[in-house]
Amino acid sequence: MTGGVQEAEAAPAEVFDVAVVGAGPAGLAAAGEAAAAGCSVLLVDAGTQFGGQYWRHAAPEAEDTDPGRWHHGWSIYQRLTQRVRDAVDVGRIRHLASTHVVSVRREQAGGDGAEGFLLQASLLPEAQKPGSYQAPQLLQARALILCPGTYDRQLPVPGWTLPGVMAAGGVQAFIKTQGAAPGRRVVLAGTGPFLLSAAASVIHAGAEVAAICESNSLTGWFPGGAAAALVPSKAAEGAGYVALLAKHRVPYYRSTAVTAIHGDAAREGAVRSVTVSALDASGTPVPGSGREVNDVDVVGLGWGFVPQPELLLQLGAQTTLDEDGSLVGVADADQSSSIPRLYLAGEITGVAGAAAAVAEGRIAGRAASSSVGQAVRAGVADIQDRATRAAHRRFASVMQKAHPIPEGWTQWLEDETLICRCEEVPWETARAAAEELSAEEPRGLKGSTRIGMGWCQGRMCGFAAQCLSKKAHVGEGGASSGREAEHAAALSAAKRPLAVPMRLGDLAEEPELTQE
Amino acid sequence: MTAKPVTITVDGESVRTESGRSVAAALTLEQQRTAWRSTRFNQEPRGLFCGIGACFDCLITVDGTPGLRGCMVQVEDGMSVETDKS
Repeated sequence: MTGGVQEAEAAPAEVFDVAVVGAGPAGLAAAGEAAAAGCSVLLVDAGTQFGGQYWRHAAPEAEDTDPGRWHHGWSIYQRLTQRVRDAVDVGRIRHLASTHVVSVRREQAGGDGAEGFLLQASLLPEAQKPGSYQAPQLLQARALILCPGTYDRQLPVPGWTLPGVMAAGGVQAFIKTQGAAPGRRVVLAGTGPFLLSAAASVIHAGAEVAAICESNSLTGWFPGGAAAALVPSKAAEGAGYVALLAKHRVPYYRSTAVTAIHGDAAREGAVRSVTVSALDASGTPVPGSGREVNDVDVVGLGWGFVPQPELLLQLGAQTTLDEDGSLVGVADADQSSSIPRLYLAGEITGVAGAAAAVAEGRIAGRAASSSVGQAVRAGVADIQDRATRAAHRRFASVMQKAHPIPEGWTQWLEDETLICRCEEVPWETARAAAEELSAEEPRGLKGSTRIGMGWCQGRMCGFAAQCLSKKAHVGEGGASSGREAEHAAALSAAKRPLAVPMRLGDLAEEPELTQE
Repeated sequence: MTAKPVTITVDGESVRTESGRSVAAALTLEQQRTAWRSTRFNQEPRGLFCGIGACFDCLITVDGTPGLRGCMVQVEDGMSVETDKS
């Protein structure tokens, strides 16, 4: 034991110039750029492979010779990963796969006296090999770029806990990694262009799309059509989906929501049908408009995406509420957060898609490199990245305005509909608690109902909880305080002690600084 | 696609699948199962939901280790999988 301590003093732990969390579009771009600038880079990613959610693909063991067929921008992915792999090969980037950054704090790092970051990284339990347990490790970096990405945003609906009901992104992830659809006949519902992308994947996998239910009327796209037209790749992608869906005669319903999902008692309650209802202009189900779509075995639900804010919140960086109601980090023109040497790239600054994420990642990679003394020449590429970011942000803004969450979504809930899947908290309990909430106590919903306290730590029900808390607060002040109340509700819903659930044994253990 | 055949056991029963599959996908595609866990309070059946490791609905026991996300574990030849409800 004593020997170990002395050894630690004799050999100071390596301090990376830049740590990048996440290896999706933004993280790959950021790491590649920082390495090219001459930085030593730590790239920590929960995935077993590069690509994040957007470029999620089959495991090498599947020996898929053409993973690009499921993807947009696969050649961009290949370029980004080749650059990162080359840097890994020469020791410029250290890549930790299947690893979560559980916690992060600011701490003095390196010899220049400036503050850096101390990351606690933990191998996923699923990646631990029996008999050779790998304990969490502490890693140091002078600058940090967070590219944590998103997961699907959910709204509860009666029957959404039945087997066969999945996140729309989960349906697509299944297809991209397994090369097969998780079912035979799929309904996709929620809002946003991602439903079209998921439908295209289902069709390419050889399954049927029984219906797409888009809750919005899409008239919201027209005032901003000019911004959409400025992004030809998006227009082409959209046109491709429309042609594919038309060819396969996929019913596409606007101003429509899945308002109930029904299971088959003989098959463990697995999905058999859905009720779809028309929504009025305020996003409330029209009574009596419901009709059944039968012979369905998979339902994919998606109401946009939730940027993962845990590490951002642990560091106390400034946040704001995006147009779509997402809690996002505030970043300046160089992707710098409110905290020195903390940079943000990709969906954590607002959901805007992969092209914007790559541009932001590259900008952040250069800015982080400059911050640790690696001079970067800002050339034509930088101008291009900034233009790409601007165009895609404008597009995202139009998209978010065109796809709001239906105001009346709670109308389709039944008393026994679970709001929190993990802790099995029904709507009647959540509603009663929300009505009693006070603005002075934004965490009340969680405390009084256990909503968000289960395995997923509110990742699935967090947005619903945020909406319910906001509703409780609105009316206690003017419009601006309503927005502030929603921001407060979003912060309280997202507040988690650790970025991912950990084993208690890992929490008890004090990890040592990783030696190089 | 030139995936290799892989055999796992699920609750003692031999299941043939292929390399590269997740445990959740093997149950879904080879066994047509949509649920393999019961909830604590209402004993509701659960299986895949988010599909990307965020929701913890697809928890399963693999080679004696409980509480693993079925969507995040890849099958290996000879792997022993136990569900919550055999």
